[in-house]
Amino acid sequence: MKAFTQINGLVCPIDRANVDTDAIIPKQFLKSIKRSGFGPYLFDEWRYTNYGEPGMDCSTRPINPDFALNQARYQGAQVMLARDNFGCGSSREHAPWAIEDQGFRVIIAPSFADIFFNNCYKNGILPIVADAAVVDRLFKECQANEGYKLNVDLSSQTVTLPSGDSFTFEITPTRKHNLLNGLDEIGLTLQHADEIKAFEVKHKASQPWLFA
Amino acid sequence: MAGKTLYDKLWDSHVVHEESDGTCLIYIDRHLVHEVTSPQAFEGLRMAGRKPWRADTLVANPDHNTPTKDWDKGIEDPISRLQVETLDSNIKETGALVYFPFKHANQGIIHVIGPENGTTLPGMTVVCGDSHTSTHGAFGALAHGIGTSEVEHVMATQTLIAKKSKRMLVKVDGQLGKGVTAKDVALAVIGKIGTAGGTGYAIEFGGEVIRALTMEGRMTICNMAIEAGARAGIIAPDEKTAEYLKGRQYAPKPEQWEQAVAYWNTLKSDADAVFDCVVELKGEEIAPQVTWGTSPEQVLPIGATVPDPAKEVDTTKRTSIENALKYMGLAANTPIEKIKVDKVFIGSCTNSRIEDLRAAASVAKGKKVAGNVVLAMVVPGSGQVKRQAEAEGLDKVFIEAGFEWREPGCSMCLAMNSDRLSAGERCASTSNRNFEGRQGPGGRTHLVSPEMAAAAAIAGHFVDVRSL
Repeated sequence: MKAFTQINGLVCPIDRANVDTDAIIPKQFLKSIKRSGFGPYLFDEWRYTNYGEPGMDCSTRPINPDFALNQARYQGAQVMLARDNFGCGSSREHAPWAIEDQGFRVIIAPSFADIFFNNCYKNGILPIVADAAVVDRLFKECQANEGYKLNVDLSSQTVTLPSGDSFTFEITPTRKHNLLNGLDEIGLTLQHADEIKAFEVKHKASQPWLFA
Repeated sequence: MAGKTLYDKLWDSHVVHEESDGTCLIYIDRHLVHEVTSPQAFEGLRMAGRKPWRADTLVANPDHNTPTKDWDKGIEDPISRLQVETLDSNIKETGALVYFPFKHANQGIIHVIGPENGTTLPGMTVVCGDSHTSTHGAFGALAHGIGTSEVEHVMATQTLIAKKSKRMLVKVDGQLGKGVTAKDVALAVIGKIGTAGGTGYAIEFGGEVIRALTMEGRMTICNMAIEAGARAGIIAPDEKTAEYLKGRQYAPKPEQWEQAVAYWNTLKSDADAVFDCVVELKGEEIAPQVTWGTSPEQVLPIGATVPDPAKEVDTTKRTSIENALKYMGLAANTPIEKIKVDKVFIGSCTNSRIEDLRAAASVAKGKKVAGNVVLAMVVPGSGQVKRQAEAEGLDKVFIEAGFEWREPGCSMCLAMNSDRLSAGERCASTSNRNFEGRQGPGGRTHLVSPEMAAAAAIAGHFVDVRSL
């Protein structure tokens, strides 16, 4: 996976609760057999006013000027600010692929859906769960101040606001280590190959029908 | 020391390795694969020069992109066709326990074919790059959706990196009234706890109502666990589970059967097991449910009226209601029974099994689809379900009533093939998600049971199936 250490990134607000992965990347784009190139279709139905198809040149499509991603002040954003239950619904990893391809490396929300949360780490995106009150404050400050940036540091697990105020976030030591170092998780797991084989011997002895 | 929950037992029996922070390697017994979330995983394996650890755990089948009619024309959309052909070539390369290519007699929705072939068994861990993998929890398996990177991880290592979830018990006691189904229980649970209510939890469903359900009904409930935010829903196996599995192709063979059933009988929460959260519902209090908004938690009993955002004090919730009503083209305070439908979809991994089709057919029998309904379609969950339904004459009941009888697949649940809603069209659907654009851009989805969908097709608007 891609490593993540620290960024000082422009913040883009997506001010809706329960944003589902169908909204993040609609199904027609899931027909691709690649894992890159989804960025232009991120939030396709909210971002453009016509129907998007895979392979379409998005530079000429009519846009919804009210949608944050289309506004000049949020261009180049690396931090997405979101509401409760972000990424609910389908398990499609195309959602974090699209978010990452668009240039985001951090998502801050009061809560995330489980599968999406997990998928983020696999793609070098840091999902940060913050207090609803903190997220509210970030939304207000971000909307009031053009060029609003947050400094996100993984090793100290800290987000620092422009005012100098900061808050810390939780991450499991294993995830933190893997993300900081951009480690290949499959390679790491295969270091336990003997344990997996030993488990299989025991498992087969107790439930032989699982090894038809 | 407190006893163990069913989830604890399933988890503990699959831990291969545990880190000091509780991150575990969990052994995976069954890996279901479909065409949409797997090509990048196979590609990743190839690029790293890795082989599947145990190809005999793979059960694969294309379902999302496949058309539901005119099979002789093949898959017309070239991008869809390439994705399906890519699954063909990937499975050809790796091998699999089961592979039903497009147009195979047993092809169907992956979550329907897994159980019906006996490849989903109690005590297993089951994963798939698909959130509705929770369906398989109906058999007392620990089953949940994973992302594509995890699909690759499972193929390469037969394990998943995971941390244990919290444990929730959803207990539904009493009994369901006539015309009230597993789907209504699932929607009522989601209405009660919300779409994030189960986040971080594995939900065990228990109580008299759950025990009384058939395996099909149990699959419907576990299927919808993800719509309550829980990756996994589980129901303890019992005689019905064993009865359902007996004789299926990949179920334990006769010489192993008694040993297997003896083990399955241990798969239940101990009487003194402690859950992190318990939610209770009474079967008698659940009415047929209809979603009115763009999230499965925006659901009400059939007799209710669409909510009024002006009465909501929480601003985020008020905005959600306003957005949903605007998208759905509904005025506040509209009685649900006054909402007319343009299309009806009976199918999906939630409600496309034989029992669902029987229930819908019993409502449609001898009636006609209303004139304002432009399309009412029935999409069986698999080739086996289709043949069974045809053997029982259900196809004729539907066709005579004016429904279209289609080939199996995911179809208009997510509209990746050509079955979809046009902008502004309103659909009574037995699927699982009413998200914006889910059934087609601008399409408006109301989630209901098969009986309620059939009743809406006949009446042309939502109607209380209990009043028919």
